[in-house]
Amino acid sequence: MNSAIEVTGLHKSFGRTHALDGLDLTVARGEVHGFLGPNGAGKSTTIRVLLGLLRADGGEARLLGGDPWRDAVRLHSRLAYVPGDVTLWRNLSGGEVIDLLGRLRGGLDEGRKQELLRRFELDPTKKGRTYSKGNRQKVALVAALASDAELLILDEPTSGLDPLMEEVFRECVTEERDRGRTVLLSSHILSEVEALCDRVSIIRGGRTVETGTLAELRHLTRTSITAELAGPPNGLARLPGVHDLDVRGNRVKLQVDTDQLDAVLRQISESGVRGLNCAPPTLEELFLRHYQSEAVAR
Amino acid sequence: MNDLTGTGTLLRLALRRDRVMIPAWVLPLGLLVIATRTTISGLYPTGAGRAALAASMATNGSLRALYGPVYDTGIGGLTAWRMGSTGPALAGLMALLLVVRHTREEEEAGRLELVGAGAVGRRAPLAASLITGFGASLVLAVFITLGLLAQGAAGALALGLAFGGAGCVFAAVAAVTAQLTETARAARGIAGALLGVGYLLRATGDAAGPGGPGWVGWLSPLGWAERLRPYADERWWVLALFAGSALILVATAHALVARRDLDAGLLPSRPGPQGAGRRLAGVYGLAWRLQRGALYGWAFGYAAAGLVLGAITKGAADLGNGNRTVADEINNLGGTHNLVDSFLAAMISFLGMLAAVYVVQAVLRLRGEESGGRAEPVLATAVGRIRWAAAHLVVATAGSAALLTVGGIALGIGYGATVGDVSGQLPRMAGAGLVQLPAVLFVAASAVLIFGAAPRMAMASWSVASVTLAIGLYGPLLKLSQWALDLSAFAHLPKVPSAPVTAAPLVWLTALAAVLTAAGLVAFRRRDLG
Repeated sequence: MNSAIEVTGLHKSFGRTHALDGLDLTVARGEVHGFLGPNGAGKSTTIRVLLGLLRADGGEARLLGGDPWRDAVRLHSRLAYVPGDVTLWRNLSGGEVIDLLGRLRGGLDEGRKQELLRRFELDPTKKGRTYSKGNRQKVALVAALASDAELLILDEPTSGLDPLMEEVFRECVTEERDRGRTVLLSSHILSEVEALCDRVSIIRGGRTVETGTLAELRHLTRTSITAELAGPPNGLARLPGVHDLDVRGNRVKLQVDTDQLDAVLRQISESGVRGLNCAPPTLEELFLRHYQSEAVAR
Repeated sequence: MNDLTGTGTLLRLALRRDRVMIPAWVLPLGLLVIATRTTISGLYPTGAGRAALAASMATNGSLRALYGPVYDTGIGGLTAWRMGSTGPALAGLMALLLVVRHTREEEEAGRLELVGAGAVGRRAPLAASLITGFGASLVLAVFITLGLLAQGAAGALALGLAFGGAGCVFAAVAAVTAQLTETARAARGIAGALLGVGYLLRATGDAAGPGGPGWVGWLSPLGWAERLRPYADERWWVLALFAGSALILVATAHALVARRDLDAGLLPSRPGPQGAGRRLAGVYGLAWRLQRGALYGWAFGYAAAGLVLGAITKGAADLGNGNRTVADEINNLGGTHNLVDSFLAAMISFLGMLAAVYVVQAVLRLRGEESGGRAEPVLATAVGRIRWAAAHLVVATAGSAALLTVGGIALGIGYGATVGDVSGQLPRMAGAGLVQLPAVLFVAASAVLIFGAAPRMAMASWSVASVTLAIGLYGPLLKLSQWALDLSAFAHLPKVPSAPVTAAPLVWLTALAAVLTAAGLVAFRRRDLG
């Protein structure tokens, strides 16, 4: 049993809305897995099925070797969860909530809690209703990170944090990985995913559209090239993998499939290169490509 | 563009959100008044009969405290007497709930921030809420006026305005308390407590005989509602008291809202502890922590109500011993032969039915936690759904038992003190209070079933409590047929202390409650959360 999370062909409908439409997701033990998708793609629904809060209509989900619906309580003592929209009890202080959630899970590390409170600069004496969104998230994060759970499920945990706190969050997740914990990180922030995640799954409309390591995914993307040449370019249009070719005099702009990069560069250099700008493929591009194709599909 | 820009839009939003809530208050209240008119004209068709009823009621301070004084013995006058003491209080409750719902509750939930960032004046949300509260009160006034028109236009208008006036004043009271506190719960609590004080002042003033402190009644808007004297040579100038006090309160609320920040109250909020104490350790600790504040408030109310009701018991019964009409009235409510015990039985049953309101509120905490997203983090820990729900249900059950005991003890002390037998009455009434528990649990179980099987309809649980209360309070008066009375679980309880305790109804009500609760919990375990 190597996978912390193993989901195949998951279906879930709310009335007429198909929130999940055959979603697949595999998270190996010890990895930080990025879970990407536009709003309404089904990220939170998937997580809530994994937590046994929703019951799947079809497909299979395994969590830490158990059934997330039937074995919910047993599994929950081995994981910690940070919801996307953290709501706290209005008249409980942040410190009380952290302790309470820790005790309900079966214990938390007092020293680590104090350290996290300090690093996140969180005042635990404020009442739940007086915290801002970011501070509510910090309460949930401290409660989750101070636990000794083997799996962390984080649903857009940094959407309310400022850049400094985001940096603290990244350090913490890196430490968790070094300790051998598994992290499922649903996120919108691509730089965060690029910095933290070993593998990524991109979902859209309740299905998984891409999954793999960042290197694998980059391979699928295109590099954009802008070149200033000594003479007019030739033969570029005939090469496979070239897209959006735009030639103006000696200046050329194009996109190229990353696996065809070598041949295209060779062809360009034949015309004599005076200047070259070569933008590496980013997750954004991959992301946008999937998102835009969704927009077109609509 | 001024401080009130956007009021119209916000008013339409409020009315759209209240399109069920306002009719759900106005229709039953108005229909109750009309039904009372019909019942009185059916029960006391002759002037002589009505005069006898009035004479018996007027001479007894205890009954005046309950129902208010009789000013006129016509059908309209008696309708105003029967409805004029509790009806305006209910209208006030409606109005204060509406206003807090649209002011502090919106602010606390963060929705006002979204709205306030639009082209909306600083005072517009308050103004729109007040118009909603005033509007609902005045619609009720018009409804009652039209319903009683056959009894005479002036009296009908006065009774309608007694309801409407009380509603407007408590709408304005709530507008002020909503500025004072940071939470809607506290704002409702303070406004509700003021309503309770108003009711007690009215009762004290009404109970006072000649030379007594009858003027106390003038301190309460509920006292004004009676002193408007519908159908008894109406004193229209009393309306100026409603208008004047509402105006002052509205001006105060507007002044306060202009002086404070969004989300801030005028009463300070203190920081909490660094970490959780030992008692906040599990789901039971959490459920107790979340529910204890409400329970303390209820227990205080039960102690006060029990003492007052106990203290007037002897007077009510003394009077009944010499008077058939009153004796019938009391025996109708309470059961059998001994008038004192009948009266005590009626009061203990009343306290039991109020506990049904408490328990619905306590059970609905489950739904509140669920829809508020606060159940999710708890259920994502090593806590099963049944255990989480059970914690709240145990608190609700134990809380109900505690309230009934407190109410019974207070009733025993209040009555025992007047007859010099506290040591005898106290345990007897505490026991009588606990006899009500199975019916309370049945109402609680209905709420659990709705929560488990149809969570989106959870608010319908309130109708179980309010139908129970309405049948118990007005069923005997309206001469409902037996099957209708039997709809209330309380109708099946032995009428202690006037009748002996019989185990059978207690056992089957408890068993039924257990089955419904189990069914509700099974349904809850099988459904989606959210």
